[in-house]
Amino acid sequence: MPPWIERQRHLMDYTLAAMARRWGRNLGLVAVYTLLVFVLASVMMFTDAIQREAGQLLEQAPEVVVQRMVAGRHDLISADYMDAIAAIRGARQVRGRLWGYHFDPVTAANYTFMVPAANAPPAGRVHIGAGLARARGAAVGDVLSFRGHDGALFSFDIEGLLRAESEIITADAILLSEEDFRAFFGIRPGLFTDISLQVRNPREVTKVAEKIVERFPDTRPILRSEMQRTYASLFDWRQGLVLTVFAGALLAFAILAWDKAAGLSAEERREIGILKAVGWETTDIIAMKTWEGALVSLTAFLLGVLLAYGHVFGTSAVMFEPVLKGWATLYPRFVLTPHVDLFQLAVLAFLTVVPYTAATVVPNWKTAVTDPDAVMR
Amino acid sequence: MTNRQTHPPPIRRRRPRPSNLAVGVTGGLALALAGTLAAAALSNEEAAARMARNQALVAALELTDLCLFTEARYTRHLTQADLHTPFQDAPFSLDHFPSGSVVPPPPGITRHAPMD
Amino acid sequence: MIELRNVSKVFNEGRHNEFTAIRDVSLRLADREVTVFTGPSGSGKTTLLTLVGCLARPTVGRIRLHDRDISGLPERFLTQVRRHSFGFVFQQFNLISGLSAVDNVMLPAYPTGRPRSGLMARALELLELMALAERADAPVEWLSGGEKQRVAIARALINDPPVLIADEPTANLDTAMSRDFLAILERLVEQGKTVLMTSHDPLVYEAAMVNTVVSLRDGRVETVP
Repeated sequence: MPPWIERQRHLMDYTLAAMARRWGRNLGLVAVYTLLVFVLASVMMFTDAIQREAGQLLEQAPEVVVQRMVAGRHDLISADYMDAIAAIRGARQVRGRLWGYHFDPVTAANYTFMVPAANAPPAGRVHIGAGLARARGAAVGDVLSFRGHDGALFSFDIEGLLRAESEIITADAILLSEEDFRAFFGIRPGLFTDISLQVRNPREVTKVAEKIVERFPDTRPILRSEMQRTYASLFDWRQGLVLTVFAGALLAFAILAWDKAAGLSAEERREIGILKAVGWETTDIIAMKTWEGALVSLTAFLLGVLLAYGHVFGTSAVMFEPVLKGWATLYPRFVLTPHVDLFQLAVLAFLTVVPYTAATVVPNWKTAVTDPDAVMR
Repeated sequence: MTNRQTHPPPIRRRRPRPSNLAVGVTGGLALALAGTLAAAALSNEEAAARMARNQALVAALELTDLCLFTEARYTRHLTQADLHTPFQDAPFSLDHFPSGSVVPPPPGITRHAPMD
Repeated sequence: MIELRNVSKVFNEGRHNEFTAIRDVSLRLADREVTVFTGPSGSGKTTLLTLVGCLARPTVGRIRLHDRDISGLPERFLTQVRRHSFGFVFQQFNLISGLSAVDNVMLPAYPTGRPRSGLMARALELLELMALAERADAPVEWLSGGEKQRVAIARALINDPPVLIADEPTANLDTAMSRDFLAILERLVEQGKTVLMTSHDPLVYEAAMVNTVVSLRDGRVETVP
């Protein structure tokens, strides 16, 4: 082995032997540091994975959804609008959508009632999301009863369950027929929740949306690109919670670094003096301390990232569930497709390994350049 | 000088070299991470098939949102929330914490795009 | 052969606490001999050792090691000269506590990049010579004063330097241990080492093996026999 490698390994041996003297403290340090990286990397990976998931799923969302606004509220839209919108050049597949919410006192959860565009169940029957089925303990063949808009009891036979793997989009869904929907919510024929449409030429989407607003000033078109952007900024760094996590973590890290950088104990100074006196150069001491910082922070970084990967993709970010759940009683179970953004990982590595190593090396620097005869005085 | 050295020195227990241990541990972790990342980067047929099925469902049901926060209409369908829901006051609004704190106001509501 | 020519050392130069430790000292120290610097505390004997041992540079004057002027070398080269030419035994031993005896012995050789297996073997060999083979893996703070000093001697010898420098070596030892120390020195001199010591212990400077005693007072050489 070339002497320079052997020399670095000697320095590593020394710093490890020195760290082993206070193994409890150093192990604790690695543990805290790992936890820090774990939390940051978990947030990062989860955010990235869910943003990608949403982006891919919403590629299939309607190109434009048109809402009608009444006194600042989303209101039902008349079928007349549909005909007029269909007449706009470029608009196609204009369809009235029927969907809405119902609060179920049994589970204290909100469900989303929807009428599918095609293959809707026959009257009296429903298809339900897997999350809902879990919350109600319901299975195919069971009967679900809800009170409708007028207090009348509606009973639906469960004809089918939506696949569990689709919970991230359908956990709370109840698919039912149009006539059941209208009867349940008391919505007259000719009224819809909103209108969805596709646009022939994707480059004309904005133009079509503008024409719709021009024609109906009381409407608000929502573009697919806007839907995707909403989810692309989900858990964005600006959001409160993520910011709070980051701020807390960075503060903890700053305290850690400050504590290290605040200076060396008399004992540490004396040891550096001894090393210099027995023939170590300033660069040897700096290299030795660099190894200390690099080994601690690198181990913590690698361990933290690996644990975060297991947490996000193995356990579906079980620790973030309370946050995502919020006040909801119904929460989807879903598996995220493993994906890690290497650039983000590199940024995280840079933000954790480098400052810690610097905080370890810098206070030693000043001590290391003192005269080697200091120990004799 | 003492004459204790006439005794044969005891056989020393061979301890592993510290740097070997450290390089082994960090190297092992680095390899594990590299392997994990490589496995994630490779196309996952099962995940791709699942995504394709879910995309088909999004298209068939004309879905606009993920079912992440079911507690309120403006969190269940983030993209469909009208312009006057309290949720959109600020991302910090405590009445909708924590859901409200992880989603931004919809694009178009703020003057500039939310991601700048 | 180490030669000092008109060497002076001033600390805190130009400040109110300026202090001249060595004034205009000229000396020749022969190879393979034992030289003891003696004198009251504050006489500058330890400072003189640090100058000779390349731990510090003189403010004025020249120091030659064999035919090389070492007084003007930059720190980097000075460290290399020190590492290869001098082994130090400090008054307080200056071992790194918490580390084992053998780890302490190997310390000065780390920057040289010598392979660990050979280094370890040499360190154990030296500890055995110092009758410390059984204590090799013990943390140094478990050792007695005499044992600590022998570890310090083994450490001073790990790079096989021609010159051994000891600062008040018997200050922390009782008479029996001091005699043990002198016996070890005698053997090292027989092996061809040059020994430089400071001491105000008669046991040391009156020992038969000592070739030269240099007496210092107020930074000046009082007597050179």
